[in-house]
Amino acid sequence: MNFGLNLDAAFAALADPTRRAILARLASGEATVMELAEPFEMTQPAISQHLKVLEGAGLIQSRIDGTRRPRRLAKAGIDAMDEWLAMLRKALEANYDRLDQILANMEPKRKRRGERR
Amino acid sequence: MSKLTLTTEGDTHVIVKRHFTASPEAVYRAHIDPKIVQQWMLGPEGWTMPVCINDARPGGQIRYEWSNGKGQGFYLTGEFLELHPYSRIVHVERMHLPDPTPDNHVETTFEPNGSGTLMTMRMTLPDAKTREMMLATGMEGGMEASYVRLEGLL
Repeated sequence: MNFGLNLDAAFAALADPTRRAILARLASGEATVMELAEPFEMTQPAISQHLKVLEGAGLIQSRIDGTRRPRRLAKAGIDAMDEWLAMLRKALEANYDRLDQILANMEPKRKRRGERR
Repeated sequence: MSKLTLTTEGDTHVIVKRHFTASPEAVYRAHIDPKIVQQWMLGPEGWTMPVCINDARPGGQIRYEWSNGKGQGFYLTGEFLELHPYSRIVHVERMHLPDPTPDNHVETTFEPNGSGTLMTMRMTLPDAKTREMMLATGMEGGMEASYVRLEGLL
Protein backbone atom coordinates (compact mmCIF):
# COMPACT_ATOMS: atom_id res chain seq x y z
CA MET A 1 0.00 0.00 0.00
CA ASN A 2 1.54 3.29 -1.04
CA PHE A 3 0.06 6.49 0.36
CA GLY A 4 2.81 8.58 -1.22
CA LEU A 5 4.44 11.54 0.45
CA ASN A 6 1.95 12.16 3.24
CA LEU A 7 1.45 8.88 5.07
CA ASP A 8 1.36 10.34 8.59
CA ALA A 9 -0.91 13.21 7.57
CA ALA A 10 -3.24 10.86 5.69
CA PHE A 11 -3.65 8.53 8.65
CA ALA A 12 -4.11 11.42 11.08
CA ALA A 13 -6.76 12.82 8.72
CA LEU A 14 -8.54 9.47 8.48
CA ALA A 15 -8.55 8.95 12.26
CA ASP A 16 -11.54 11.31 12.62
CA PRO A 17 -15.05 9.94 11.91
CA THR A 18 -16.35 13.28 10.55
CA ARG A 19 -13.48 13.43 8.07
CA ARG A 20 -14.12 9.83 7.02
CA ALA A 21 -17.79 10.72 6.48
CA ILE A 22 -16.77 13.79 4.44
CA LEU A 23 -14.64 11.54 2.24
CA ALA A 24 -17.56 9.12 1.90
CA ARG A 25 -19.78 12.01 0.85
CA LEU A 26 -17.23 13.23 -1.71
CA ALA A 27 -16.99 9.70 -3.10
CA SER A 28 -20.41 10.28 -4.65
CA GLY A 29 -19.41 13.56 -6.27
CA GLU A 30 -17.93 16.99 -5.61
CA ALA A 31 -19.56 19.29 -3.06
CA THR A 32 -19.23 22.77 -1.63
CA VAL A 33 -18.51 23.58 2.01
CA MET A 34 -22.17 24.49 2.50
CA GLU A 35 -23.35 21.16 1.08
CA LEU A 36 -20.85 19.30 3.26
CA ALA A 37 -21.78 21.18 6.43
CA GLU A 38 -25.50 20.41 6.16
CA PRO A 39 -25.70 16.68 7.05
CA PHE A 40 -23.23 16.97 9.93
CA GLU A 41 -25.00 19.80 11.72
CA MET A 42 -21.65 21.55 11.98
CA THR A 43 -20.78 25.16 11.30
CA GLN A 44 -19.07 26.00 8.03
CA PRO A 45 -15.85 27.08 9.81
CA ALA A 46 -15.71 23.69 11.59
CA ILE A 47 -16.15 21.88 8.28
CA SER A 48 -13.56 24.15 6.64
CA GLN A 49 -11.09 23.13 9.33
CA HIS A 50 -11.68 19.43 8.54
CA LEU A 51 -11.35 20.17 4.82
CA LYS A 52 -8.01 21.88 5.43
CA VAL A 53 -6.71 18.75 7.19
CA LEU A 54 -7.96 16.50 4.37
CA GLU A 55 -6.46 18.80 1.73
CA GLY A 56 -3.14 18.96 3.59
CA ALA A 57 -3.04 15.17 3.59
CA GLY A 58 -3.58 15.09 -0.17
CA LEU A 59 -6.92 13.27 0.17
CA ILE A 60 -9.08 15.97 -1.44
CA GLN A 61 -8.63 18.84 -3.88
CA SER A 62 -10.60 21.97 -4.65
CA ARG A 63 -11.21 23.86 -7.85
CA ILE A 64 -12.39 27.41 -8.44
CA ASP A 65 -15.81 27.86 -10.02
CA GLY A 66 -16.75 31.55 -9.87
CA THR A 67 -17.23 32.25 -6.17
CA ARG A 68 -17.56 28.55 -5.30
CA ARG A 69 -14.69 26.25 -4.41
CA PRO A 70 -16.14 22.76 -4.73
CA ARG A 71 -14.09 19.94 -3.22
CA ARG A 72 -13.59 16.50 -4.70
CA LEU A 73 -11.59 13.39 -3.86
CA ALA A 74 -7.95 13.37 -4.92
CA LYS A 75 -6.29 10.16 -6.13
CA ALA A 76 -5.12 9.34 -2.58
CA GLY A 77 -8.67 9.92 -1.32
CA ILE A 78 -10.09 7.55 -3.92
CA ASP A 79 -7.51 4.95 -2.95
CA ALA A 80 -8.44 5.42 0.72
CA MET A 81 -12.15 4.92 -0.04
CA ASP A 82 -11.35 1.77 -2.04
CA GLU A 83 -9.30 0.57 0.89
CA TRP A 84 -12.25 1.14 3.26
CA LEU A 85 -14.67 -0.75 1.03
CA ALA A 86 -12.14 -3.57 0.79
CA MET A 87 -11.89 -3.68 4.59
CA LEU A 88 -15.66 -3.70 5.04
CA ARG A 89 -15.84 -6.53 2.53
CA LYS A 90 -13.12 -8.32 4.48
CA ALA A 91 -15.00 -7.98 7.80
CA LEU A 92 -18.19 -9.35 6.17
CA GLU A 93 -16.22 -12.09 4.47
CA ALA A 94 -14.74 -13.11 7.85
CA ASN A 95 -18.30 -13.48 9.19
CA TYR A 96 -19.44 -15.56 6.24
CA ASP A 97 -16.30 -17.74 6.33
CA ARG A 98 -17.26 -18.60 9.92
CA LEU A 99 -20.80 -19.32 8.73
CA ASP A 100 -19.43 -21.64 6.01
CA GLN A 101 -17.77 -23.72 8.74
CA ILE A 102 -21.00 -23.90 10.76
CA LEU A 103 -23.03 -24.84 7.68
CA ALA A 104 -20.48 -27.53 6.78
CA ASN A 105 -21.11 -29.08 10.20
CA MET A 106 -24.89 -28.91 9.73
CA GLU A 107 -24.72 -30.45 6.27
CA PRO A 108 -24.01 -34.19 6.95
CA LYS A 109 -27.57 -34.64 8.28
CA ARG A 110 -28.97 -33.10 5.12
CA LYS A 111 -26.74 -35.15 2.83
CA ARG A 112 -28.02 -38.39 4.32
CA ARG A 113 -31.57 -37.18 3.72
CA GLY A 114 -30.67 -36.12 0.19
CA GLU A 115 -29.32 -39.57 -0.73
CA ARG A 116 -32.73 -41.12 -0.30
CA ARG A 117 -34.27 -38.84 -2.91
CA MET B 1 -11.56 -14.17 -6.14
CA SER B 2 -13.86 -13.19 -3.31
CA LYS B 3 -17.23 -14.91 -3.13
CA LEU B 4 -18.73 -11.76 -1.66
CA THR B 5 -19.80 -8.66 -3.54
CA LEU B 6 -20.65 -5.36 -1.89
CA THR B 7 -22.10 -2.68 -4.15
CA THR B 8 -24.13 0.47 -3.86
CA GLU B 9 -27.25 1.01 -5.95
CA GLY B 10 -28.93 4.37 -6.54
CA ASP B 11 -28.61 6.84 -3.68
CA THR B 12 -29.89 4.77 -0.78
CA HIS B 13 -29.18 1.07 -1.31
CA VAL B 14 -26.32 -1.23 -0.41
CA ILE B 15 -26.38 -4.72 -1.92
CA VAL B 16 -24.39 -7.63 -0.51
CA LYS B 17 -24.35 -10.97 -2.34
CA ARG B 18 -22.71 -14.16 -1.16
CA HIS B 19 -22.83 -17.75 -2.35
CA PHE B 20 -22.97 -20.64 0.14
CA THR B 21 -22.47 -24.34 -0.54
CA ALA B 22 -25.31 -25.20 1.88
CA SER B 23 -29.05 -25.38 1.17
CA PRO B 24 -31.33 -22.30 1.40
CA GLU B 25 -32.96 -23.93 4.46
CA ALA B 26 -29.65 -24.19 6.32
CA VAL B 27 -28.52 -20.66 5.39
CA TYR B 28 -31.93 -19.24 6.35
CA ARG B 29 -31.82 -20.99 9.74
CA ALA B 30 -28.28 -19.73 10.36
CA HIS B 31 -29.63 -16.18 10.03
CA ILE B 32 -32.44 -16.48 12.59
CA ASP B 33 -31.38 -19.11 15.14
CA PRO B 34 -29.71 -17.05 17.90
CA LYS B 35 -27.43 -19.94 18.91
CA ILE B 36 -26.04 -20.00 15.36
CA VAL B 37 -26.02 -16.21 14.75
CA GLN B 38 -23.97 -15.76 17.92
CA GLN B 39 -21.21 -17.94 16.45
CA TRP B 40 -20.58 -16.08 13.20
CA MET B 41 -21.93 -12.51 13.15
CA LEU B 42 -18.91 -11.14 14.97
CA GLY B 43 -17.04 -8.67 12.77
CA PRO B 44 -13.36 -8.08 13.47
CA GLU B 45 -11.11 -10.65 15.15
CA GLY B 46 -11.45 -10.73 18.95
CA TRP B 47 -15.10 -9.61 19.17
CA THR B 48 -17.87 -11.76 20.65
CA MET B 49 -21.67 -11.47 20.89
CA PRO B 50 -22.59 -12.07 24.54
CA VAL B 51 -26.26 -11.14 23.98
CA CYS B 52 -28.21 -12.43 20.98
CA ILE B 53 -31.99 -12.03 21.09
CA ASN B 54 -33.75 -13.01 17.92
CA ASP B 55 -37.52 -13.45 18.12
CA ALA B 56 -38.12 -14.67 14.58
CA ARG B 57 -41.75 -13.78 13.91
CA PRO B 58 -43.33 -10.66 12.37
CA GLY B 59 -43.02 -7.87 14.95
CA GLY B 60 -40.45 -9.92 16.91
CA GLN B 61 -37.51 -8.10 18.48
CA ILE B 62 -33.83 -8.30 17.55
CA ARG B 63 -31.04 -7.32 19.91
CA TYR B 64 -27.38 -8.11 19.31
CA GLU B 65 -24.68 -6.91 21.72
CA TRP B 66 -21.03 -7.08 20.79
CA SER B 67 -18.00 -6.84 23.06
CA ASN B 68 -14.26 -6.85 22.46
CA GLY B 69 -13.61 -8.20 25.97
CA LYS B 70 -11.74 -5.00 26.88
CA GLY B 71 -14.70 -2.93 28.00
CA GLN B 72 -15.65 -1.71 24.54
CA GLY B 73 -18.92 -2.65 22.93
CA PHE B 74 -21.98 -1.57 21.01
CA TYR B 75 -25.39 -2.99 20.22
CA LEU B 76 -27.98 -3.25 17.52
CA THR B 77 -31.76 -3.39 17.88
CA GLY B 78 -34.40 -4.16 15.30
CA GLU B 79 -37.72 -5.78 14.46
CA PHE B 80 -38.71 -8.50 12.04
CA LEU B 81 -41.30 -7.45 9.47
CA GLU B 82 -41.70 -10.57 7.32
CA LEU B 83 -40.38 -14.12 7.43
CA HIS B 84 -40.89 -16.54 4.54
CA PRO B 85 -39.14 -19.83 5.36
CA TYR B 86 -36.62 -20.52 3.74
CA SER B 87 -36.51 -17.81 1.10
CA ARG B 88 -36.92 -14.30 2.51
CA ILE B 89 -36.46 -12.24 5.68
CA VAL B 90 -37.38 -8.56 5.98
CA HIS B 91 -36.35 -6.60 9.06
CA VAL B 92 -35.32 -3.14 10.19
CA GLU B 93 -32.25 -2.48 12.32
CA ARG B 94 -30.29 0.36 13.86
CA MET B 95 -26.91 0.56 15.54
CA HIS B 96 -26.51 2.22 18.94
CA LEU B 97 -23.12 3.91 19.05
CA PRO B 98 -24.58 4.81 21.60
CA ASP B 99 -26.97 7.17 19.77
CA PRO B 100 -29.24 5.20 17.43
CA THR B 101 -28.48 5.45 13.72
CA PRO B 102 -31.44 5.95 11.31
CA ASP B 103 -33.30 2.72 10.49
CA ASN B 104 -31.75 0.40 7.96
CA HIS B 105 -34.43 -1.62 6.13
CA VAL B 106 -32.97 -4.98 5.16
CA GLU B 107 -34.43 -7.56 2.80
CA THR B 108 -32.49 -10.83 2.73
CA THR B 109 -33.33 -13.48 0.15
CA PHE B 110 -32.05 -17.05 -0.16
CA GLU B 111 -32.28 -18.62 -3.61
CA PRO B 112 -31.23 -22.11 -4.72
CA ASN B 113 -28.13 -21.66 -6.85
CA GLY B 114 -26.44 -24.70 -8.34
CA SER B 115 -25.91 -27.08 -5.44
CA GLY B 116 -25.98 -24.19 -2.94
CA THR B 117 -27.60 -20.88 -2.11
CA LEU B 118 -27.26 -17.33 -3.31
CA MET B 119 -27.92 -14.91 -0.46
CA THR B 120 -28.77 -11.32 -1.42
CA MET B 121 -29.02 -8.65 1.24
CA ARG B 122 -30.60 -5.43 0.04
CA MET B 123 -30.28 -2.60 2.53
CA THR B 124 -32.29 0.60 2.14
CA LEU B 125 -31.26 3.69 4.08
CA PRO B 126 -33.51 6.74 4.49
CA ASP B 127 -31.25 8.95 2.35
CA ALA B 128 -27.88 9.15 0.60
CA LYS B 129 -26.17 10.85 3.54
CA THR B 130 -27.21 8.15 5.99
CA ARG B 131 -25.90 5.50 3.63
CA GLU B 132 -22.55 7.24 3.39
CA MET B 133 -22.35 7.61 7.17
CA MET B 134 -23.17 3.91 7.54
CA LEU B 135 -20.47 2.87 5.12
CA ALA B 136 -17.99 5.18 6.85
CA THR B 137 -18.75 3.96 10.39
CA GLY B 138 -19.13 0.34 9.28
CA MET B 139 -15.52 0.45 8.29
CA GLU B 140 -14.21 1.59 11.64
CA GLY B 141 -13.50 -1.92 12.89
CA GLY B 142 -11.42 -2.63 9.82
CA MET B 143 -9.74 0.77 10.05
CA GLU B 144 -8.72 0.12 13.63
CA ALA B 145 -7.26 -3.25 12.72
CA SER B 146 -5.29 -1.60 9.94
CA TYR B 147 -3.95 1.04 12.31
CA VAL B 148 -2.68 -1.75 14.55
CA ARG B 149 -1.03 -3.41 11.57
CA LEU B 150 0.43 -0.09 10.47
CA GLU B 151 1.91 0.54 13.91
CA GLY B 152 3.71 -2.76 13.55
CA LEU B 153 5.16 -1.67 10.21
CA LEU B 154 6.36 1.81 11.12
